[in-house]
Formats: sequence, C-alpha cells, structure tokens
Amino acid sequence: MNTDRRSFFKSIAAAAAVTAIPTAAIARAKKTAPPDAVGLLYDATLCIGCKACVVACKDANNMPPDTSGYGRGLYDAPDSLNQYTKNVIQLYKDGGETSYAKKQCMHCIDPACVGACMLGALQKGKFGVVSYDVSKCVGCRYCETVCPFNVPKFEWAKTAPKIVKCELCKHRLADGKEPACTEVCPRKAVIFGRYTDLLDEAHRRLKASPNKYVQKVYGEHELGGTQVLYLSHVDFEKIGFRFQQPESVPHLQQSVTHGVYKGFAGPVALYALLGAVVFRNRGKSEKES
Amino acid sequence: MSVHPTLHPTIDQQLRRSGSSRRDFITLCGKLMVAAPFGLAITNFVSPEAVAGVVGKARRPSVIWLHMQDCTGCTETLLRTSEPDLAALIFDVISLDYHETVMAASGSDAEAALKDAMKENDGKYVLVVEGSIPTKDNGAYLKIAGRNGIDMLKDVANHAAAVISIGSCASWGGIPSSNVNPTGATGVDSIIKNKPVINLPGCPPNPYVLLATVLEYATTGKVPKLDALGRPKFAYDRLIHDHCPRRAHFDAGRFASQFGDSGHRQGWCLYKLGCKGPVTHAPCSTRHFNEVVDCWPIGIGAPCVGCTEKDIAFTVPIFKTADVTHPVPPDFYPPIYAEHKGISATATGVAGLVGGALIGAGLIASRKMNEGSSDEPKE
Amino acid sequence: MQTHAQPLGGALFTRAYLFLLALGAIGIALMIWRFAVGLGAATGLSDGYPLGIWIALDVVTGTALACGGYAVALVVYIFNKGHYHPLVRPAILTSALGYTIAGTSVAVDLGRPWNMWKIPLYFWNWNLNSSLLEVALCIMAYVFVLWIELSPAFMEKWSVDGPPRLKRISQRLLPILDKALIWIIALGMLLPTMHQSSLGSLMMLAGPKLHPLWLTGWLPLFFLVTCLAMGYAVVVFESVFSAIVYGRKPEFAMLRNLQKIAAWGGLFFVIIRIIDLAFSGSLHYATTLDLYGTMFWIENVLWLLPLAMLAGPRANLGTLFRGAMAVALAGAVYRFDTYLVAFNPGPGWHYFPSVPEMFISFGLIAIELAIYVAVVKRFPILAAVKEKSS
Repeated sequence: MNTDRRSFFKSIAAAAAVTAIPTAAIARAKKTAPPDAVGLLYDATLCIGCKACVVACKDANNMPPDTSGYGRGLYDAPDSLNQYTKNVIQLYKDGGETSYAKKQCMHCIDPACVGACMLGALQKGKFGVVSYDVSKCVGCRYCETVCPFNVPKFEWAKTAPKIVKCELCKHRLADGKEPACTEVCPRKAVIFGRYTDLLDEAHRRLKASPNKYVQKVYGEHELGGTQVLYLSHVDFEKIGFRFQQPESVPHLQQSVTHGVYKGFAGPVALYALLGAVVFRNRGKSEKES
Repeated sequence: MSVHPTLHPTIDQQLRRSGSSRRDFITLCGKLMVAAPFGLAITNFVSPEAVAGVVGKARRPSVIWLHMQDCTGCTETLLRTSEPDLAALIFDVISLDYHETVMAASGSDAEAALKDAMKENDGKYVLVVEGSIPTKDNGAYLKIAGRNGIDMLKDVANHAAAVISIGSCASWGGIPSSNVNPTGATGVDSIIKNKPVINLPGCPPNPYVLLATVLEYATTGKVPKLDALGRPKFAYDRLIHDHCPRRAHFDAGRFASQFGDSGHRQGWCLYKLGCKGPVTHAPCSTRHFNEVVDCWPIGIGAPCVGCTEKDIAFTVPIFKTADVTHPVPPDFYPPIYAEHKGISATATGVAGLVGGALIGAGLIASRKMNEGSSDEPKE
Repeated sequence: MQTHAQPLGGALFTRAYLFLLALGAIGIALMIWRFAVGLGAATGLSDGYPLGIWIALDVVTGTALACGGYAVALVVYIFNKGHYHPLVRPAILTSALGYTIAGTSVAVDLGRPWNMWKIPLYFWNWNLNSSLLEVALCIMAYVFVLWIELSPAFMEKWSVDGPPRLKRISQRLLPILDKALIWIIALGMLLPTMHQSSLGSLMMLAGPKLHPLWLTGWLPLFFLVTCLAMGYAVVVFESVFSAIVYGRKPEFAMLRNLQKIAAWGGLFFVIIRIIDLAFSGSLHYATTLDLYGTMFWIENVLWLLPLAMLAGPRANLGTLFRGAMAVALAGAVYRFDTYLVAFNPGPGWHYFPSVPEMFISFGLIAIELAIYVAVVKRFPILAAVKEKSS
C-alpha cells in the first residue's frame, strides 16, 4: 500500500537524520605524540637477522618457546607475532633483493586498539606506550580485529586467555633501563630513545645517505603516526607495511559516532521523540477503538 | 725444452720413482676434492680414485717460487702438513725448481738455479709469488741478489705461463700494506699485467687451494674460473658465514659476549666478538688447517679476522663487529607473510550441506504455499 | 480491532521438536567442551580472523533477524497501524529469544567471560569511543526490555490459571506494566536503533582491513536500514510458516504490505549504497569480478529479487515466503561480507568455522526455536484464529 511505503520512507529519513551524519560530523582533532613519548627506530639496512632481539624479548618477558611451525616441536622458531612471541624478525626476499624486518607493536599515536577496547584494557599510558591491563579484558578480540599492523595476539591455547603484545618493556622502562631488544642488538639496528630524537635521527640518516634508503620514515605520518619508526632500503610494502594513508584508523569511526551521538544528546532526543509519538498514538487509537 | 726427458715425467711416473705410496696419493686427491668441491675439472669426479686417475696423467708442472716481503707463512702452510707427509708428496706432484726457503743451494748457486730453471721451462712454468712487493722509492726496500723486488718479479713473470699470488701479501699487499704502508707494499697483480694472475689470499691460505689450482693448470692447461678480484671461485665464492658450523647459533641469536663466558665455552657464534665471517670470502669453514678437525680460527673460538679481504684484514679492528651490507639469509627464514592453517574440507562440506538443505527445504515448502491463497482482488 | 492472543495448544514433543532438542543438547555439550579445550582447539578462529560465525552469524545476523519486534513496533506504535497489532507479540517473542541467544553466543565466544559483568557495572572504565561497548550495553539493556515487553503474555496466562503465587504477582504487575508500556515500547525502539547502527560502525574501525566496497562512514545507516528490512521479512516468514505448520489462516494483505516494506527497503539500501560508492570513488571495485566484486553483486541481486517477485503476476503465500527468504539471505550475506569476507587481514590467513563451532551455532538456534515453539503452544502469543478471511 502506498501509505505504508511512504511511511516507511518517512521513518527512514528520520532515522537517517538522527543516526548518520558523517559528512557534517564534528571533525575529530588529529592526535599528536605525548610530550614524554619514547619509541624505537629500526633501520632495516643495519639489521643482520641475528634474532638476538627475539631471544632477548622472550627472556625479558618470560615468554614460553614457540615450537609450532618452523620449530617442528623442537626449536623455538616463531614465524610471526603470536601468543608466544611479542617480537619477531621476518625476511623479505625476492631474487637478489632482501631485507630483514623487525615486527612488534608500533605504539601508534592514535591507536585503533585503544579506540576499540570496551573497558580500556588497552591504554596509551606513560611515555605513550600502548599497554595492556588484563583485569579489564573480556577476551573479545576486537582489538585484534582492528589493528592495522595485526599486532595484538590472543592466547588461543589457554582456558584463561590474554592478549599478548609488545609493551615496550614498560617494566624495564620503569627501572630506567631500555627495552630488551634495543639493549641486545649487536648492530644497533634498533635503538630506543625519545620519539622526537629518533625522528630527527631518522631524517638525519635519510639526508646523509640518500641512495641507501627509501626516502621515507615509515611511521612519521602513516596511520596517524607511530612511535616505532622504520627506515628501509626496500619499499615498505615489501616488508609487510600494507597501509600508507595518513589518516588514523579510529578517525572515521569516531568522527561518525561522535557526530551522531553528540555525547548522549542524540539518543536522549530520539527517545523523547519516540515516547512522544507512542504516547500520542496510544491516545488516538484508544479514542478510535 | 727439456734437458733430460725423465726430468719431467707424469705425476704417476714420479710417484713410482720416488716410492711414495699410491694410497697416500689417493688420500691427497681426496683432500683436494674437499678443498675444491665445485668448479674444477680435476675434482669433478665421484671418487678420489677417479681424481687420481686424471691427475696422475698430468705432467709435473714446473714451479718457481719467489719470496717478496713475506713472513714465509705461506710456505710453512704448505709444508706443515703431515698426514700423509704432504711435503714429500708435493715434491712428487710439482717440480719445485726454485724455492729460496727449501732449496739446498744458496748464494750464487741459488742465482744460477733460478736462471737455469727459467731457461729450461721458458714459457711453461708456474710462478708462485709469496709476499708483497714494495714499490715506494723505486722498490728500494727489497733487494734480492742485487735486484729490486719489482724487477725480479717482472723478469721472472715475463717467462712464466701463469702467476699465482699465494697469500694476502702477494694478492693485495697484506700486513706490510696496512695503515701508513711505509714501503708502498702492493700485490702482484698491480705490477704484472701481461700474464694471468691468480690470487689466493689468506694469511696463510689453505695449502690445498694452491695444490688444486696448480694441478688444475697442469692437467687442463687452463686457469680455474676467477672472480672479479682474481680469486678462484671454487674456493673464494662463498662467505665463511654461509658455511660456518656455528651458523645455527647466529641464526638463533646465541652469541659469545666475552672470551671464556658460558656462551664462548658452549661454542656459540663469535659475531659479537668481532668475527668477520659475514664479510669474508674464504674456504676455511669447510677445509680446516693442519689436517686437524676444527683447526681453524672460529673452530678454536677465535673470531675470524677476515685475513683474505683487503678491506677488512689489518684494517678493521679485530674485535669490531662486521658491518654486513648485503645479508644473505639462510634458506629457512620466516617470511613477511607466513602461511597459517588452512580451511578444512569437512567443515566446508558440512556448511554447504546445511545451507543447501535449509534453502532447498524453504523453497520446496514455499511451493506448497502457492495453493490455498493468492492475491486478493481488492486492496 | 484487537484480536486476543491465545496459546496454540497441542502436543509439544513432536518428532521435529525432539530433533531440535537433540541439536540443542549437542550444542550444549559442545559449549562445555569449548570451555574445556579453549577457543583455539574448538574453533577455526585465528589471529588473522579473531571474529567468526559466533559473531557474524549468531550476533550480527541473528540480532538483525530478531529485529521483527522493532520493525513491527515501528509500524504499530509510531505509524499507528493498529491492525498489525496481532503480529507484535510473536515478533517480540522472536526478538527476545533471538537476542538472548545472541547474548549466549557472545558469552561462549568471549575469552574471559567471567569479566563480562564488568561491562555494565564498571562504568568508570567505559571507553565511550568503543562501538562494541555501545553494542554490548545496548543489547544487554534490550534483552531486558524485550522480556519485560513480553511479560504480559506470561502474566496474562498466570493471572488466570497459574500457581497461586505467580497468579498474585501477575495480577498485581499487569496494570503497572500497562501504564509503563509506552516508555518500555519507546525504549524498545530506541535501543535497537542504537545498537544495530553500532554493529555497522563496529566494522568501520577495521579501517583499511575492510574492502572499500564495504568500508564507508554510512555503515551505521546501512546496517540500520538492512536490519529493518530483515525484521519485516522475518515477521512475514514466521507468520507464513506458522500459519502453514499450525494450519491457521494468514492475514495475506498485511503480510504482503510488510513484505513490500522489506523489498522497497532493500532497494533503497542498494541505491544509497551505490550513490555512496560513486561519491567516494570506490564504485570501480564493483567492475572487477574478483571475490569482492562477485559478493557485492550477489548481495545486490538478493536485495532486488524480492521486488521482482512481488511485481510478478500472481503473488501468493509462496511468493511472500520466498521473498522473505531472499531479504533475510541478502541481509545475512551483507553482514557476513562486512564481518568476514570483505575483512582482509593480509596474506596467509584463512577462516572457515570448524564443525564443532558450527554445531554450537546450530545448537543455539535449535534451542531458540524449541523455546519459541514451547512458549507459543503454552502462552498467549499468537493471535486467535479468525473465522473469516479479511
């Protein structure tokens, strides 16, 4: 019937007005690194793939060995980040072109995981380190779903599973020490320091050796910026960085959600409207019947 | 042209004459196969007997051996072999017609021996040079029998068939050429340009590399394939790192941090102690020295110093870690995107069945609904 | 105009019913097993695909299919079409059960479900940016609201011939509920508006891991529109189904109107989606028939089928039923695509539910159906049979 169709469209239009105004959304301010931000600078041209950092990370974080995969039940040989591994070295090889790539949490400036977590188990804390508090975790794995670097990993094998990821050795930072991976690296391919200092050093290296590097510091702008920075002699896509856009992951969703909800005002207004209509109609239908 | 036809018999004939045992010769051939596993015609066989068969038929090559600014270490490495008595064997396999250290003659007799050897084997002998050649001040820093080293070298090389620079000194200048280089020490191939020069760097190099090179030349008349630095590929095409018995420790991140610490005592990788294995081309990791297993620097727990490489040896401090510019990864290394567990066929089958059954049932049921009700005539 | 609802009556333990119970029992056994062995062993989930069918099917699609209550409530209480009222109660029952099962599914899916109570209670820890928090709180509240909305059905029966205690409580509560009903009904429309759209914004946070044919700032609206269409379709589906199975005369005209809303809603969705894709410059992805392009077109075809069916020469119950199936399927495929198919964690990762994982879902659905049948037979849910056709 025509009236039903018209009514339906009317209701949809009303819903649209209330529930989705992405273009008119309040633009969410771009986040910057906190003033005490620390980070890592990994220079793939210096890395020799010795995996001393993988070993040191396991040691410093009391991680169990990962004997699945390459390890064939005997050797601790992780092939990617997983529930036993917070830091891994991978290899890109294509004909003669090779590069090692260290992978761990990127400690994003505007992290998707922090935006996702319902009770704030993942937070951007001291020094800008993205840290994890298991007491607030329900194990929903939403953080794992949204991380563009596929960093948070879940303890699939456990009955009381946690999320596992690099926390920049925050327990060592608290003691005034540097993270285990940077301390042990024999080539200083990965170094620790203040984020601003590391960014400067990265640019200094780019300028000093323009032919040695891809002229970009990965993490300076990508996905809203990360506190772990990368220098490389091959394209960053090749060493596993799939995304290059400057917009942070939470930006779209939070702009839309904030724009629609406007705090609690949106839902309250809608509730009032619905209540009023139901009330009025009830009165009408009672009169009619 | 030979004065006495029996002076240059085949190696087989010489062996029989000297009474060296055939078994020792075959053992020697076996060791040649280890030193030169690929890329040489003489070792391209399945068994030492087969190698012996080919090598035995070669004419003993005439070898003239010159010493320049040397420590005689390269000679020592050749002689300090004992199982079998290689020193003896060497003299069956090559005809060492001039060698200042081991020859009996001295003084003017020695000078005459050189002249004779050069005349007898003109254009046919292999010149082996040990030690660097000083070039500063017209080469005044080395005089042998009244001649400058440079002149002697040029003279003898001119009548040689091929030149082998044994040791790092002769290959590129070695220890005498290290910082300041007061004598202007340089390698043979900077001076000799008109003859094929084969560089066998090392301090000292492995004696079997020399033997294999000489025998290859004697057997085939050809110089083995050389790399850009004139080094035979069969020995110098690989990095120590790529064939190091401690490589597994490197790959697993197990390093000795100090001499004598627990890692060192367990035989862990010496990279952090400055091992130059990752940047050094040499055969040492597969062919050790002195016929004793693990008798080579890394094997006894001393980091490789890169003695074959001009840019490394006696230039980069021994305990400074190597600056690896083109890491060649092991074959087995986690890739950027590892493959994870796939999709179970059973599960797909079950899902397909259930989904299909539900949709099918729905459609069949809906056909039954067609009867019994239809579009109302009025709205 | 109001027809009074009545218990359907009849034997409960038919063969089909026993089959449902068996499936449900298997599901429960498997759920216990899942907690014993852990999620890794029980499911096909992995670090690449941390969310699977327990979310995509049971929660996201399941709650959308359970939006019948919401959809009919809009028609009856907002657009004041009182003659659809008999459809409200069965729809609310389906919704209540659907959402409860969805909640159970979440509890089974969570890694640390013992922390679940912290979600509504630890408000000082709430991350107000999280769409998932919004979904969780809203659904928890909505389940509550739905059972309250449904409670008059139970109380009507108990106030007449229930055990004395229940009789007294029911008699006292019924009038209170009646007065508060407006605000409960309004809440019952506010909450699904919020969380169904949030189920859309949930996947917005997947950002670059979500294929451009699905990633858009309009996801909340798309999920809302499609859920409403699915709600109407499910009401049609159920009504036709129960009419045939229990030998009752269906209100054909009403059902056809609802199916029309669903069908036009589907068309509306397809149009605004394509417009959005054109504006964002992502429409060209639809021209490649790779996995993503193909799934996009499968969705569109499924959405457009119902209109085609309705436009046919002689629409009958079968047409409505098939049309409703198409809408439900279209919505399900759209949600599966958004949560699983269009989600790309990078090379090397694969997901397909394991057999136990599937049977836990089947078990939960079977339990839902079994409870529905039991309630419908024992309590006044379905409208009394009319003598003449309207």
